Amino acid sequence: MADQSMSEPNRRDFLLLATGAAGAVAGASVVWPLISQMLPDASTIAAGAPVEVDLGPIGEGKAITLKWRGKPIFVRHRTKAEIEASRADDAKITIDPEADAHRVKAFGGKSQDQWIVVYGNCTHLGCVPTGFAGDFGGWYCPCHGSHYDNAGRIRKGPAPKNLFVPEYAFLSATKIKIG
Amino acid sequence: MAEHHSSYVPNTGIERWLDARLPIVRLMHDSAVSYPVPRNLNYWWTFGGILMFMLVAQIVTGIVLVMHYTPHVDFAFSSVEHIMRDVNYGWLMRYAHANGASMFFVAVYIHIARGLYYGSYKAPREVLWILGVVIFLLMMATAFMGYVLPWGQMSFWGATVITNLFSAIPVVGDPIVTWLWGGYSVDNPTLNRFFSLHYLLPFMIFGVVILHVWALHHVGQNNPSGVEVKDYAKDTVPFTPFATVKDIFAMVCFMILFAWFVFYQPNFLGHADNYIPADPLKTPAHIVPEWYFLPFYGILRAIPDKLGGVLAMFASIAVLAFLPWLDTSRVKSGRYRPIFRLAFWTLVIVTILLGYTGSQPTDKVVLSLGGVTKLDMVGFAQILTVIYFAYFLIALPLLGLFEKPQAVPASIADSVLGEAKAHG
Repeated sequence: MADQSMSEPNRRDFLLLATGAAGAVAGASVVWPLISQMLPDASTIAAGAPVEVDLGPIGEGKAITLKWRGKPIFVRHRTKAEIEASRADDAKITIDPEADAHRVKAFGGKSQDQWIVVYGNCTHLGCVPTGFAGDFGGWYCPCHGSHYDNAGRIRKGPAPKNLFVPEYAFLSATKIKIG
Repeated sequence: MAEHHSSYVPNTGIERWLDARLPIVRLMHDSAVSYPVPRNLNYWWTFGGILMFMLVAQIVTGIVLVMHYTPHVDFAFSSVEHIMRDVNYGWLMRYAHANGASMFFVAVYIHIARGLYYGSYKAPREVLWILGVVIFLLMMATAFMGYVLPWGQMSFWGATVITNLFSAIPVVGDPIVTWLWGGYSVDNPTLNRFFSLHYLLPFMIFGVVILHVWALHHVGQNNPSGVEVKDYAKDTVPFTPFATVKDIFAMVCFMILFAWFVFYQPNFLGHADNYIPADPLKTPAHIVPEWYFLPFYGILRAIPDKLGGVLAMFASIAVLAFLPWLDTSRVKSGRYRPIFRLAFWTLVIVTILLGYTGSQPTDKVVLSLGGVTKLDMVGFAQILTVIYFAYFLIALPLLGLFEKPQAVPASIADSVLGEAKAHG
């Protein structure tokens, strides 16, 4: 019998493996709900539905901050000079290289490059940067000293990425839908 | 001191009856009465008892506060004010709990420094030491989550900054942060889970403290001479009354400091910004963590790279766990290691200075010559960070090989008698 059990799997081996496998599956199916319950719940996801923003009241050279999904979103109406300055710097972006043209969207076949829409959280550790501040005329984060330009591109400081552009689209020349 | 045998003698019938069924009185007697402690322990050895007291004080005041606190973003801030203004002695409970956290860290930093100076982490106390590092980490997590609960500006932005540290992890960082938050930002689900965990963790700390004390009583206490106990009769005294009375006296002195903060300077260690309700759209101009996190925050800010900063910060704590193997010297106590002492005090000063850099704005000028900035806060913190790690990774391994220690006494008794002669 001893030889047999060493050489080929018997019923006991099979039962041990099958029980172990069933136990592992049962364990995982208990652990997963315990982990999953911490993910965003249905009400949080529902409250994060897309929003429409009217751009009409935002004058040239001005910016607004709105709250979406618990986070600030900056909508900035750039002046011609600001757009020119940002484009001229395209080659100088070293931390997270991205052309100014990629930071804006188009409507009706025309680039809406006067509108910058970005999440208002520094990509370093999430503080809200101050507008129209810093060395590059964009945003400056007071927490750890990150400087962004007027297209929300990181130029100096510890932040690794440009300010994130949320998913959004132009519904008309003066209205966008975020999300 | 595994060879130490129980000296408990049950005197009455009921004691004998209980001892045969659950020898709990025997356990208490052996660990807190007859337990032999080195006869040369100084006051730096009283902080273990002080820490035990602080843990119990935090649990008691915490449980009481929960009876009046509401963990909801709309009510948390006002429920804390309700505790302060309406609840009988609520102000006392809250100030004792908030300042108690600071006192807890004062005591733990002294306790850790004691271990570093006298080489308490060396064989056979490696596991004891590592359990201590685990307790320290649990304390940090508990304190961080507790600070979020009043839902003031510093609560909210502290939570945002610290949870965002995890977004530095490649690939899985952002999903982990969303999972930690339970949403798209720090919000009500985050507050609720932090509250739940803030209640749980102290009891986990209590569990690890039991292991810590178990390990301590198994290997025996280190002592200022760093020489192990050789002769129980000559080298040790019983825990009660010697250590008990000394511990209680130190505890009372420590409580005077604690009471001074609670009754005279209750907000000195906090931040005025935390009396402003949390606002997700406005970051305070200058975010700083509580003072006990400042040295690590200084290291985080010293590295101009996000992932690098996070790694350096965690490494600055994790490196403590490897101390037993980084320190190559066979002499335990810093008392007999002149160059080590220099390195140790450098570490203490550097850690305090790192805390200072963490409390200051990053672009503040430290040194300027002729109006030109030569060194700002970040640059200063970088120099200090290098020295901090050099202590653990360069000084300790090399000193053991090159330093010539002074003569170590043959026994604890000799060390005490030698001192008596020198002073006599």
